[in-house]
Amino acid sequence: MIKLNEKRSSAMAMKLLRPVLLALALVSAVPAWAVLPDEMLSDPALEARARALSKELRCMVCQNQSIDDSAAPLARDLRVLVRERLTAGDSDQQVLDFLVARYGEFVLLKPPFNWHTALLWLIPPGALIGGALALFLIGRNRARPPKPGEDERLSQAEEARLARLLQGGES
Amino acid sequence: MIAELGHYALVLAMFLGLIQATVPVYGARRNDPVLMGLAAPTAIGQFGFVVFAFLALVTCYVQSDFSVATVFENSHSAMPLVYKITSTWGNHEGSMLLWVLILAIFGALVAAFGSNLPIRLKANVLGVQSWIAVAFYLFILLTSNPFLRIADAPLEGRDLNPLLQDPGLAIHPPLLYLGYVGFSITFSFAIAALIDGHVDAAWARWVRPWALLAWTFLTLGIAMGSYWAYYTLGWGGWWFWDPVENASLMPWLAGTALLHSALVMEKRNALKVWTILLAILTFSLSLIGTFLVRSGVLTSVHAFATDPTRGIFILAILTLFIGGSLSLFAWRAPLLKQGGLFAPISREGALVLNNLFLVTTCGTVVFGTLYPLILEALTGLKISVGAPFFNWTFVPLFMLLMLAVPFGPLLAWKRGDLLGVAQRLFGAAAIAVVGIAVTFAVEGGGPVLVPFAVGLALYLMAGAATELVERTGLLKVPFGTALARARGLPRSAWGTAFAHIGLAVTLLGIIGETQWGAERIVEVKPGDTISIHRYDFHLDGMTTRQGPNYRELAARFTVHHGGDLIGVMEPSKRTFPSRGTDTNEAALMSRGFAQLYLSLGDVNAEGAVAIRLYYKPLVLLIWLGAVVMAFGGALSLSDRRLRVGAPRPARGRAAMQPAE
Repeated sequence: MIKLNEKRSSAMAMKLLRPVLLALALVSAVPAWAVLPDEMLSDPALEARARALSKELRCMVCQNQSIDDSAAPLARDLRVLVRERLTAGDSDQQVLDFLVARYGEFVLLKPPFNWHTALLWLIPPGALIGGALALFLIGRNRARPPKPGEDERLSQAEEARLARLLQGGES
Repeated sequence: MIAELGHYALVLAMFLGLIQATVPVYGARRNDPVLMGLAAPTAIGQFGFVVFAFLALVTCYVQSDFSVATVFENSHSAMPLVYKITSTWGNHEGSMLLWVLILAIFGALVAAFGSNLPIRLKANVLGVQSWIAVAFYLFILLTSNPFLRIADAPLEGRDLNPLLQDPGLAIHPPLLYLGYVGFSITFSFAIAALIDGHVDAAWARWVRPWALLAWTFLTLGIAMGSYWAYYTLGWGGWWFWDPVENASLMPWLAGTALLHSALVMEKRNALKVWTILLAILTFSLSLIGTFLVRSGVLTSVHAFATDPTRGIFILAILTLFIGGSLSLFAWRAPLLKQGGLFAPISREGALVLNNLFLVTTCGTVVFGTLYPLILEALTGLKISVGAPFFNWTFVPLFMLLMLAVPFGPLLAWKRGDLLGVAQRLFGAAAIAVVGIAVTFAVEGGGPVLVPFAVGLALYLMAGAATELVERTGLLKVPFGTALARARGLPRSAWGTAFAHIGLAVTLLGIIGETQWGAERIVEVKPGDTISIHRYDFHLDGMTTRQGPNYRELAARFTVHHGGDLIGVMEPSKRTFPSRGTDTNEAALMSRGFAQLYLSLGDVNAEGAVAIRLYYKPLVLLIWLGAVVMAFGGALSLSDRRLRVGAPRPARGRAAMQPAE
């Protein structure tokens, strides 16, 4: 490539050849990024679905990259495969199922809910609800009953109960 | 020679650290002022030796001394000087040295500016700080020595990973480590309080500035890392929910919670035990982050097993510090008396809610990151937890939190008036509704959530401004009076408002980038013009160039907007022969808060080059928001009442400074 640079400035004819030489020089290089123009489908709706699906699928040889982001050859193969399935008329779920059948759950960046991922999925809502419950219990234990006249306002729980009663009638 | 001196200085720092880790703590137990007084000079001495060791390593890199193994592995004589310097920490060994350097800086800061700390607290804090330091000195000296020599010095180095040959490396790791390691101070304070069995509002007053300082740096460090990834990786992503990123987000979330609970503790003397626990957890997460990034466990559980020394050493440090501090907490925390009762609807209550959400989101990130590792280690099952998972869990939780944010600063301490605050936020809500309506009208179709997210961002911004407007009386009193009042407002009030507004600014940026952007992936030949969002890009031609240690293929595009020439963009691809790797240098052009992003792919046989072209509206707001947040942190830090080492009223001084 250094030589190429020197030649370029010396010979006019080289200018015409330059793209070819560049292409040759770059043949050995790894692809710079994911989703290449030649992979893309001509139908924009189908291509959009392919892109959305690609973001859900892991490039298994990469470190935590989706096949949409990865430049690895395997990711390219998978992108092409996704597009083949979509062109063949598969639904999004069918494409995912096909890939899971082939490569296992590892390929999904959003793990499905099942017995060994239950804990993972339940932690966020569980922590929030559990934390709120713990706070409520601590608050209730700590709150001393107000002396007469000191506090006539309703507690939060009473407020909530009142709102329930007013809204849904007596139950 | 210089490498040996650096190595020697590091060993000396470790021995000073051993003294600092034991003698002052023993002195605090014996109430011996002489032994306790040893803490500050040893901390400053340690700092001196670590600085010397660090500069020695930098010198080896600058001189391209390839007889030093890490220099040979990570440097090249043809690299520009700035990259020679930054490659000092662009590798495992050097970055660990940076880690202890920053730890020593913080220790020396406490020693130098903590003259108004009670002497027992100071001795214990610096003692604990030194436990951490000694553990990491040992780690470096035993498993990751940056000063190791090679017997036959090679003539040329292997070069720095090309992705790291970027100004980002000069800024991102130091900022991030200032944040990570900064939380060691709050950790040390927490442990010191547990050792002493005593904690008061004054303790919180000393802890909060340190938490704020660390948080501000961490915020900037994360934002800088995100922007670096954005422009360097060539496809315009800015957050990938990668474990390495999560490693920095976890202490950020816990640190944010700590910041808020320390506020309650300082003002109301409540949430003591919780604040101490958060201080322990925040630094524990920093350690876990260090473990994740440095042990190789992320590549694969098996990679960790093949070269286990480092990983197991850090794991041991991790177990010792996290397990030890949590045990100490379980043992000593019941001694701490709770104080400061408050009603659920109050500023304190709002901050507790904030903590609940932040800890939940933090837990989500922690488990999302660690779950696949644990599951594979226990059952051999391999699953992936990536961006879609976090979009489903973290994002809604954080949205809920943001809905609650404006209420906090408006609620009164002890017992607040929720209805009153809701009424005061009416203006903010109205702005949000207008924003939602306008977005709906402009968007037409598209995801329904988008207008609501825009509304949320506007509401958050207006809500944060509401407090300032009310307190200055803007819109009610003459502008001059409001301005005078604004000047009189405590800086921490401004800090809060800026930090919250920054959050909203980031949210707007995220919405803009993810929802309204445009992308084109095409092949173009010289002379072709392609368009995106009314911008026309004309490929003038391609050239090859020689850089100092790479060669590059650059494409020159002239860019027109609505017929007017607005500039030239020159994306390129660099090839580094020393490593045989390529990097992608995307070309970026800012248009207001939007950016045009152009990156180059391969050239095909017909001479056409593949390009990726993006129009990213509002994208700069993502990082600008973080800068605004950090600015809020800095403002709050500059508040007289909080300033590190600021003189306090004479009464407090007399009461809190028995010795010195």
